[in-house]
Amino acid sequence: MEAPTVRGEMFDTNELVINMGPQHPSTHGVLRVVLRLDGEKVVDTDVIIGYLHRGIEKLSENRNWTQIILLTDRMDYVAAATNNVGYCETVEKLMSLEVPRRARYVRTLLCELQRIASHCLWLGTHAMDIGAMTVFLYAFRERELILDLFEEFCGARLTYNSMRIGGLPMDVPSGWDKKVLEFCKIMDSKLDEYEELLTHNRIWIERTKNVGVLTAAEAIDLGLSGPPLRGSGVPRDVRKDEPYAAYDEMEFDVPIGTAGDTYDRYLVRIEEFRQSLRIIRQATEGLPEGPIVGKVPRLIKPPAGETYHAIESPKGELGYFIVSDGKSTNPYRFRVRPPSFCNLQALRRMVRGHLVADVVALIGSLDVVLGEVDR
Amino acid sequence: MIDGFVIPLLKIVIVLNATLVGVTYMVLLERKVIAWAQSRLGPMRVGPHGILQPIADAVKLMLKEDITPARADKWVFTVAPIISMVPALIVYAVIPFGPEVSLFGRQVTLYITDINVGLLYIVSVASVGVYGIILAGYASNSKFPLLASLRASAQLISYEVAVTLTLVSVVLMSGTLSMVGIVRAQESAHLWFAFAQPLAFGIFVIGSLAETNRAPFDLPEAEQELTGGFHTEYSGMRFALFFLAEYANMIVVSSVATTLFFGGWLRPFPNWAALSFLDFIPSWTWFLIKSFVFLYFFVWVRATLPRYRYDQLMRLGWKLLIPLAIANLVLTGIIRVALL
Amino acid sequence: MGEAIAFYTLAAFILGFAVLVITTKDTVHSVLFLVLDFLFVAALYVMLNAPFLAAIQVLVYAGGIVVLYLFVVMLVNLKRLPEAFQDPNRHGRIGLILSVAVLLELAAIAALGVGSVAPVRTAARALPVTGNTEQVGWMLYTSYLIPFEIASMLLLVAMIGAIVLAKREL
Repeated sequence: MEAPTVRGEMFDTNELVINMGPQHPSTHGVLRVVLRLDGEKVVDTDVIIGYLHRGIEKLSENRNWTQIILLTDRMDYVAAATNNVGYCETVEKLMSLEVPRRARYVRTLLCELQRIASHCLWLGTHAMDIGAMTVFLYAFRERELILDLFEEFCGARLTYNSMRIGGLPMDVPSGWDKKVLEFCKIMDSKLDEYEELLTHNRIWIERTKNVGVLTAAEAIDLGLSGPPLRGSGVPRDVRKDEPYAAYDEMEFDVPIGTAGDTYDRYLVRIEEFRQSLRIIRQATEGLPEGPIVGKVPRLIKPPAGETYHAIESPKGELGYFIVSDGKSTNPYRFRVRPPSFCNLQALRRMVRGHLVADVVALIGSLDVVLGEVDR
Repeated sequence: MIDGFVIPLLKIVIVLNATLVGVTYMVLLERKVIAWAQSRLGPMRVGPHGILQPIADAVKLMLKEDITPARADKWVFTVAPIISMVPALIVYAVIPFGPEVSLFGRQVTLYITDINVGLLYIVSVASVGVYGIILAGYASNSKFPLLASLRASAQLISYEVAVTLTLVSVVLMSGTLSMVGIVRAQESAHLWFAFAQPLAFGIFVIGSLAETNRAPFDLPEAEQELTGGFHTEYSGMRFALFFLAEYANMIVVSSVATTLFFGGWLRPFPNWAALSFLDFIPSWTWFLIKSFVFLYFFVWVRATLPRYRYDQLMRLGWKLLIPLAIANLVLTGIIRVALL
Repeated sequence: MGEAIAFYTLAAFILGFAVLVITTKDTVHSVLFLVLDFLFVAALYVMLNAPFLAAIQVLVYAGGIVVLYLFVVMLVNLKRLPEAFQDPNRHGRIGLILSVAVLLELAAIAALGVGSVAPVRTAARALPVTGNTEQVGWMLYTSYLIPFEIASMLLLVAMIGAIVLAKREL
């Protein structure tokens, strides 16, 4: 992008082109944003991605169906469990497998724990981008508790590989549910703590209100999903609209915003923390007994056909499109609809006319994970 | 000979060294306090509870490679940190740490000098400090520092107006520009000026946060936006000079706030005989305690608040603080004239 | 004697930096020399027992006005080199005449000034206040009240003018 010189009556002014990233503290990984500035005001941006491309989709076409679960961990690496669930359910749909109720409950539970962990990371980094650094450490303190729970469940702390086609790799450890409920209690009070620091903070409100406003129509046109879409007032949530796992048996609300600005997106996610805790409590208390794996053939070989299945990941609608040729033990075509990638489209629209400081706030507000954007 | 030359020189040496040590320990204090606020421990490895951390930091910074970018304006790049540091240090010449005391049988004043335009001297020297930041941003020949230095200079100039106006209100109360005179005026008025001028004090605190580039006004070095701001291209000791200057300035504004609004070296209720048992505490201790409270406040604010945006900062300065400061000044003037 | 040495040293520095201001190629360096120049002028005021003026000199000129100069220099693209010399609006001849006139004037002052009486010391008139700051304030608000107010009006006009120029739509 070159900077055009604007010939004025007295002085010529140059627009300043600034390269933000891929090495920049607040582009959340390796996002590169080329900003064209008029003073501090952003005239236009160019969002450049691809620095973390690992070819996960192509790799998957050369792995067998079980091995792919491990690859899905590496997409949205701050919410690996939801990626696993999405993939496994897609294959199950392709094979018309029945998943036992207990496994579906545990999946729901893990998905919601993961949502809280992911939102903790979002809250911390978002607040940090706007300069509130204490919230960052508080949020990570609570995320740590969730990572401990996951570690106890599957032994890993970041990339869990915690699902299997047809169910779960192992049952939850005994006493684990008590620890989950314990965590819910802690999290309840900590949420109030975050809100005390931010929600009614004048500076926070000034920094986020009316920043990056997206109307409902714009948000739909841009193909947004998840909190950025709901922040604009569109009550779309895959968990409610096309229930998967055990969400049809759970009681929860879908928070939506009104103004569609950064503050609303913040409020939506904060409320999602609470709704997630509600779901976790229901799922833990109502955890049914029974097997954890359905009737799965020894050799996983889905019949020829194609399917698309979406779940609500912490970032938005995470969809898998898989084509099976029915002959080989690996997918014929594997394609992901990553929510971060689609949500990132909105950045250019949102930052136009705002200041440099808003750019980092908006990147944080979209909550993108570059592992998922580039795959 | 001794009174005219040796003692002032000795005082200068002591104050300069105390300041520099104080500045390095200020960094440790900040790291510790913020760590505690964030349920962490902070530096723990160098010495017990990290007490020697500043020394380790200083050694590290001195040993680091000093890089000058190839396309930088080398001359200006070199002087910028010096310009930043010098005003922050020479301001201490007029800060009164205590009154005249007798030490080893000699009458010694606990300040380097008391010029009759002391307050003006502080303001004018501080205004020169802006150059360090502007020139650093310009000389780096890099876009982020340039943007940051423009932010910095606009911010410093704007808030300097508000802060100076509040200082004028205090001068109206005290009738003198001398720092020692201002403390004496508070003594004879039986009143700390913070209580006589609460509005001026509030504006001064907000303005001084902005003038020292501290959160929530730390836009010139907003790490998350400008990757460090005006000192992005600096390394080693030159970077350390900017760092030291920032903390030295914090200590300066704390000292000025103490002197102007909290009675300097005076103990609480200096004219209450009932409290005279406190007199065994040396006067400079009171000064240090009061300044420390301010420094702690600075750190506390940083741990709590998010950062303002550039336009909001400007709006706050020009549309709220400056009009309020002017109104306060006019009001003070009217009351003074009415009382006389 | 010491005072004279100090004065001539300062004066030499002031003139030297003034020359550097107009001869340095890099505009930013030239502005920096201007700052140094102002600082030395402030030192001169200190020598004349006018600490108030010295502080104001540093505060207003070195710390305030030149920062704005620097702003302009940094923001405006000054790299339009040779074409400026073919500027059709240049009035070389008028410039020459004016500068010769100024030079002659200076020469006349220098020639006629030698041997004339020293300027009248206004300080001879007793002021009701003591102290440099108080005296400056007293003079400003008594003898020089009208020029002082006119100067402030002038600044106000300049300020409004700048705002009108900068903000096309208000």
